[in-house]
Formats: sequence, C-alpha cells, structure tokens
Amino acid sequence: MVLKVLTGNYAVAEAVKLARVDVVAAYPITPQTSIVEKLAEYIESGELEAKMIRVESEHSALAAVFGAAIAGARAFTATSSQGLLYMHEWVHWVSRARIPVVMAIVTRAIGTPWNIWPDHADFLDQRDTGWIMSFAMDNQEVLDLTIQAFKISEDPRVYLPVMIGLEGFILGHTSMPVDVPDPDKVAEWLGPRRQPYVIDGSKPWALGSLAWPEETEEMFMDIQKAMEESKKVIVEVDEEYGRLFGRKYGGLIACHRCSDAKYHIVSMGAWSGDIIESIELLRNEGYPVGLIRIRYVRPFPDKEIYGIVSNSRAVIVFDRAISYGSMGPLYMDLVAGLTKYTRKLPYMRNIIAGIGGVNITYQDFYKLIKETIDSLEKGVEPPVFTWYHRRG
Amino acid sequence: MTKLVIVESKYKIPLALPKIGAAGKTGLWRLERPVVDTSKCTRCFQCEIYCPANVIRVDKEKGAMINYDYCKGCGICANVCPAKAITMVKEGE
Repeated sequence: MVLKVLTGNYAVAEAVKLARVDVVAAYPITPQTSIVEKLAEYIESGELEAKMIRVESEHSALAAVFGAAIAGARAFTATSSQGLLYMHEWVHWVSRARIPVVMAIVTRAIGTPWNIWPDHADFLDQRDTGWIMSFAMDNQEVLDLTIQAFKISEDPRVYLPVMIGLEGFILGHTSMPVDVPDPDKVAEWLGPRRQPYVIDGSKPWALGSLAWPEETEEMFMDIQKAMEESKKVIVEVDEEYGRLFGRKYGGLIACHRCSDAKYHIVSMGAWSGDIIESIELLRNEGYPVGLIRIRYVRPFPDKEIYGIVSNSRAVIVFDRAISYGSMGPLYMDLVAGLTKYTRKLPYMRNIIAGIGGVNITYQDFYKLIKETIDSLEKGVEPPVFTWYHRRG
Repeated sequence: MTKLVIVESKYKIPLALPKIGAAGKTGLWRLERPVVDTSKCTRCFQCEIYCPANVIRVDKEKGAMINYDYCKGCGICANVCPAKAITMVKEGE
C-alpha cells in the first residue's frame, strides 16, 4: 500500500497509468486538463508506455480513442462541459459500436453564461447514450472507479464504454491522501485487453453500414440487456476489488446509516460527504435519517434503492442538475424506476441545488432535511419540487 | 501494447462482412451499357481504378472486362478511358 497525496484529476491519471492504457487522445478543457497533462508527463518520462494523440477538438478526441480501441488498444480520454457536448455524437457512436473505452468527466456547468464551476448538467446530459456512468464522492473513489471502469467495460457480458464523473475543483483540484494499489497486482487483475472484434487488416468488415429497422432495434435492445447484465458485473467487480485491494463500496449504491433510517436522502457526487456530516448532526438530535448515494446512474439502481426505501416515510432526492421544464434527472429516474416495484410510493421530495457551482454546505443540508422531516411530522407535506438557491 | 484477446459476445454488434451482391443484381438498374473495344484497349487500368462499383478487371490478354451483373452503367469508365476504347450503348439496342 502506497499513500499518495492526489487531486481527483491526478487520481484519474494514476488509475489510467495503472490500467496500462495504450492510447490517450484529448483536447484541453478546464477543469479536466490536469488529467491529460499528468498522463503526458507519465508518457514523456516512460512511466507509461502509451501514445498521446493531440487533436484539434473533443469531437476528434473521442473519435481517435474509438479508432484506437477498435484497433485493439486500451484507450482513454477525459473532458468537461462544452467539450463533452461537442463530442456528444461520438459518445453515442462508441456505445452503439459496443467497443470498450473509458472516459473521465470532470463536471462543469454548461455555458452560457461562461462558468467553470461544477454541477452535474454536462454529465447527466449523457444519460441516454448507452454508457455505463459512475460518479465518485472522493479522490480515493475516483481512483478505484477508474481502475474498475476498465474491468467492467471490457467484460464480454457488458462491452459498453464507461464514464467516471467527478466534480471539477471540489475533487478535481483538491488533494487528499489516496491509497494507490500495487501496479503489478492491478495489471494482473485487469488482465489482457478484451473486446468483441478488432480491425487489424486480417479480415475485411464494415462497421456502421446500413441496417434494417428490425436489425437496428435488435442491436439497441441488446444495449438495454447489457445494461441490465452489467449490474451483476459491477457488484462482482466491486467485491473482487474489495478482496484484492481492501476497498468495497457496495456496488451501484453506497449507504450511510440506511438500515434503521425512516427518512432517506438520495444524492450523487462530492456533496454526499456534506450530507453525511449533516446526517451525523441530525442523528445526534434523534432524527432517523440515512443516505443512499448513487455510484452508478447508468444502469440506474432502482431495484437496489427500492430495497431500502420500500418502507421509508419520505425520500429526499438532491439533484445538481435540472431538466428544464421538468425536474431533477435523479429524481425522475428514481420515481419512474420505483413504479416497477410498487404502486405505493413514499412522499418523495426533489430539491435542486448547487447549480452553476453554487456552494452548498452541510449546514444547508442540515436545514433542508430537518425542515422537511419537521414539517412531515406535523402532517404538512412540503412542496415536492424545490429549487434551493442562496447567495454568499 | 497491452495484450489483446478477442472474446466474442452474445450481443448483436453493427458489423457487416463484405459479400458479393448483398443488395441483389444491381446491374438491372442500368440504362446504358459500357462496351469495350478490346483492340483499342491499352491495358492502362484507368477504368478498373475509377469504376465506383468495382466491377471492372483488366486482363493482360483480354483487356478490360466488365461484370454486367453489377455494372450500373454510370459511364465513368468510358469517360476516363484515354484510348476511347469504351462506348456507352443504350440497353436493349
């Protein structure tokens, strides 16, 4: 075990080095840039034997990574916000071609107005693309999720690309001690690069030629099947990793004081740490509250969350993104997903906050959770939808 | 480079293998037929290189040979032929 003080971005780079990628293609964008800068340093110094392809845009970055991947290389890229939106066409292309690829998204608000601070809008904008989507809470988890992403993506039961989300600056540029596993042990665990086909000139084939509607639909149905199957793989990988490297998170979700809670909070990302702090304060005051943290938003863990909230008095979902004209993406997925298992939903509140990088602290969560529970205990349901905003 | 292993999956993947005539005998679409005068053909391969349907082969002995099952009669070969050895003839004539 080696402890290194790493920013979230350097934790990504460290994990990519441990995965021994062959190709990195990237275009700089704040707050992602220090990932590929660090990878370029590793390549320059010989610590990582890989090709760095410098491209003129994010659209080309993912296209280059895709090309390298179908040629048999373990390939990686990273981006943020506008860059991610610019590569969006390729985001779909990669998953529909069923080629394993890993990408880190260091989240940042979408312009205009120009803004470099974090929310989840860019990341959650990708939720219909057919990528496995994980999201970290701290830099240790960033490293662990990135290593695991290669294992999951290259599993023949999955064969889908994986993106890892981490908030810009909050994780991306903030340091914490990170346990970096033994490189040989990681290489052994990840094994050889696995993919369903390769373009190596030995046999002619075409990718992306015209398909009839029925054939097309069958291929897309298989993406849905693979998503379902990937749930097992994600849990398996989390457990294996736990046995080998000492950290197990719980698969698609991570829980904090869930089992005896009567009120449940649902969240994703770095601010889950602040929510845990507020929960500790509330627990001291006797509030039976717990946190369900979404680690994978695709596949969405509706069944896993249902198992916990089926007898809950209330669920509060904090969303750091909004689908304008509707509600928060996590809330919509959760409500829709729960209806597969029950006709009796608990009271479910959606609080939008932290948009455009507005800083939300444990005091805010403490106040919002306490107000909601106090009101419900008095028999008054707070509004289901709230956009919480504050200045200073 | 990281060792590569191809492990096929049960999933349908948008790959297509090449096959002659996957869309049927497309030569049926032809309105005009290129006809080669082999005595004029210099075996320069221009027609074979330019043919967008890849249906011309230039044989050293016989000159340019066209597979009419798939030739759609676009006339590019007749246009590029420096020896003017190819003429377009209306189908049915």
